[in-house]
Amino acid sequence: MKAAVLIQRWYRRYVARLEMRRRYTWNIFQSIEYAGEQDQLQLSSFFSFMLDNFTQLNGNGPDLISQLLDPVVDPWLDRETCYNLIPVPESYTGPRLSFPLSVSDTNALLSAFKEQQTLHARYVLQLLYETKKLLKQMPNIIHLSTSYTKEITICGDLHGRLDDLLLIFYKNGLPSAETPYVFNGDFVDRGKKSIEVVILLFAYLLLYPDYMHLNRGNHEDHIMNLRYGFTKEVMQKYKTHGREILQLFQDIFSLLPVATVIDGKILIVHGGISDQTDLDFLSSIERHKVGGNKQMRSTDSSRPSSSRNSAASISSSSSSSSSSSSLCSPRTPSCLSPRPCPFSPSMPYTVNVLQVPFLDSLSSVPPPSPPQHEREWKQVVDILWSDPKTQDGCSPNTFRGGGCYFGPDVTQRLLLQHGLQLLIRSHECKQEGYELCHGGQVITIFSASNYYEEGSNRGAYIKLGRELVPRFYQYQVSRTTRKLTLTQRVRAAEGSALRALKEKLFAHRSELLAGFQQYDLNNTGSVSVSEWAQVLESVLRLDVPWRTLRPHLTRLAPDGSVEYQSCFEDMGPGIPLPQVTPNLAETLFRYRTDIEIIFNIIDKDHSGLISTEEFRHTWRLFSAHLGVDIDDRAIDDLARSIDFNKDGSIDFTEFLEAFRVVHKLDNKDQQLNGKT
Amino acid sequence: MAENKQSAEAIVSDVHKKIRAAFEAFDFESNNTVDAREISTIVYSLGCFPFQKDLHDFISQVEENHSGYVHLDKFLPAMTKVLMEHKFPPIPEDLLLQAFEVLDKEKKGYLEPEELTKYMTQEGEPFTQEEMDEMLTALADHEKNHIYYKDLISQLTIDPDM
Repeated sequence: MKAAVLIQRWYRRYVARLEMRRRYTWNIFQSIEYAGEQDQLQLSSFFSFMLDNFTQLNGNGPDLISQLLDPVVDPWLDRETCYNLIPVPESYTGPRLSFPLSVSDTNALLSAFKEQQTLHARYVLQLLYETKKLLKQMPNIIHLSTSYTKEITICGDLHGRLDDLLLIFYKNGLPSAETPYVFNGDFVDRGKKSIEVVILLFAYLLLYPDYMHLNRGNHEDHIMNLRYGFTKEVMQKYKTHGREILQLFQDIFSLLPVATVIDGKILIVHGGISDQTDLDFLSSIERHKVGGNKQMRSTDSSRPSSSRNSAASISSSSSSSSSSSSLCSPRTPSCLSPRPCPFSPSMPYTVNVLQVPFLDSLSSVPPPSPPQHEREWKQVVDILWSDPKTQDGCSPNTFRGGGCYFGPDVTQRLLLQHGLQLLIRSHECKQEGYELCHGGQVITIFSASNYYEEGSNRGAYIKLGRELVPRFYQYQVSRTTRKLTLTQRVRAAEGSALRALKEKLFAHRSELLAGFQQYDLNNTGSVSVSEWAQVLESVLRLDVPWRTLRPHLTRLAPDGSVEYQSCFEDMGPGIPLPQVTPNLAETLFRYRTDIEIIFNIIDKDHSGLISTEEFRHTWRLFSAHLGVDIDDRAIDDLARSIDFNKDGSIDFTEFLEAFRVVHKLDNKDQQLNGKT
Repeated sequence: MAENKQSAEAIVSDVHKKIRAAFEAFDFESNNTVDAREISTIVYSLGCFPFQKDLHDFISQVEENHSGYVHLDKFLPAMTKVLMEHKFPPIPEDLLLQAFEVLDKEKKGYLEPEELTKYMTQEGEPFTQEEMDEMLTALADHEKNHIYYKDLISQLTIDPDM
């Protein structure tokens, strides 16, 4: 009896400790994920910066800019499609689709994707073309009724995890009149099988337009796709026709419905709502003209929520806010002046940033009234980006940088106003795959299991019958056969979270060192634990418990102080680059993703090569935008040194590979000493 | 660095920092509030070994009028008091081994899952079915399905630093 209590208390303490560690790990992943979203805003403000400043660049400026921008195409219009001219070779063993699609086509797709086959570009293009045609007929808000079907299944974020989608189909049945589905956005990005996931969803949409319903997520956006992997995946899988495919995806994404309502009682949207969400207004807008992503960027770039705390962020945000501080005025400075602007009318409100029209394309679009469009995009951004909070009220979502946090009172009001009883949303990873909040009035559903790391979370879907009582089904895709214990799961996730954190430390080394040295006036190489934590907090701006993580990141001196150099140990660049100055190298580490995105835009044919001239110009603009002080000579040297065969073009994929932080765990003394 | 580590003030401030860090891990909206259901995890993770009854008393003491939430303003002083006065003192590790040995009546060196389940769910402060399942997955040997408790002591007691 006494023995039992003793074991129970020890065991409960053991579980609590594990739970605490799991919590910390979760917080690290989430902080880093949201910091990435803020970087995305930063990049958009770079685009604004380029547009604002291109007139001042002599000679090469406009060229470069025009390269960054596609000619404007209204997604509503049909692009010239020539899929039927693309030959499919005899040797192609993948599925051959015939339109209109039948069950045998979707079955063929399913089994082909299970076998790791790729669908031929010809069929991809035709399928997208048909999808676009269908979506144009759809309203912004889809209304469904349970009176025609037994039950409706609702799934959350999939993020390119084909295994999760296949598991859902296996457990719950393929889409059909008996098994209708709603997929609540974020089909693509992050996972390696985004194209397969989204092709399957579209194929079922074409097959059963009345039983398959797709809501748009914040990742159904081509700027997000540049950072989070979908663009890259498409270009890798479709070398020749990738660009056409991406353009069609871009159109389709902007044509996806943004909300679904079941029986007039249950509202399903990807992110959430705000205190200004008005469903009647939302259903009246022309959704394809609302460039949600871009506009969100412009407002947020003026918010001081940057994750980078150098002077750069101040200068960059102020430079971009000059153009975007006002939602009513488009991004170019000339439009801030009262005189009529030659190209103000349509651009920022109607298209995404990369489509901003230039000069000649404008005449075709009648100028809309800005306030109307401002309202429209805010409505859409709030729907796609918001998260619930437990306290009353509605506040800007500074953590993500877009949308808002909405409290129970906001939910209550919206539900009452529209006679609804429940809000189902996705957008946030939950450990159990679903979560209830706002007294059960809001459900979060997330369908990508192991989202952060093998074992990090379960996926789930919801089934709703006529009585409208949601039932939850959980699952976890597993590569290993044996069930991992809680300890093992926590340890695996913890390891990769710490690695991610260490990379962050490494990429900000100079700033951190400068911070430590402020406290280390006698150059002892150590500072107190609380000083160490303070420096990390102020430089990295990540919401993680540094003090608690300290033992995993750095060594203590015998007197209990932190030997701060030790937090950069075990890390180094992938390839030693003697010709690169430490200052430049660090900048490259830090902005690797951003630079890759820009290079990819410049590299229109996705050959992986850009000219040395383009490289120089991009880099100069980018460093000016960031306010990073790197002199031109260093950039020239860098350009010259990486043009290995001196043909004037740069293989930037290889180049950026050198700027991946690697973990050199076995090799502690090989520490790269940049700041000496 | 020249802090006088001996002073009582320094100790209290150190305790405060530990409590805050544990609390913040569950403060999802950074508004100094956590769900009352998380309190037991926080208390245990701070190295305390409360009885369930003590724990419930403590929670009702810090909870905001049955709202289901606990605010840091109330939690911090209460928890500091607990830690400073060693209210829920740690149980020495050797007692844990002895406790297993008491349950292992035939001195086999291990326990059958059924034995352990009986003790854990029917005596003392009984485990829920969920707790019991998790305990068996975590502790039972995968091949023989026995609980070799001697090997487990270290797993249960090692302080993982975080």
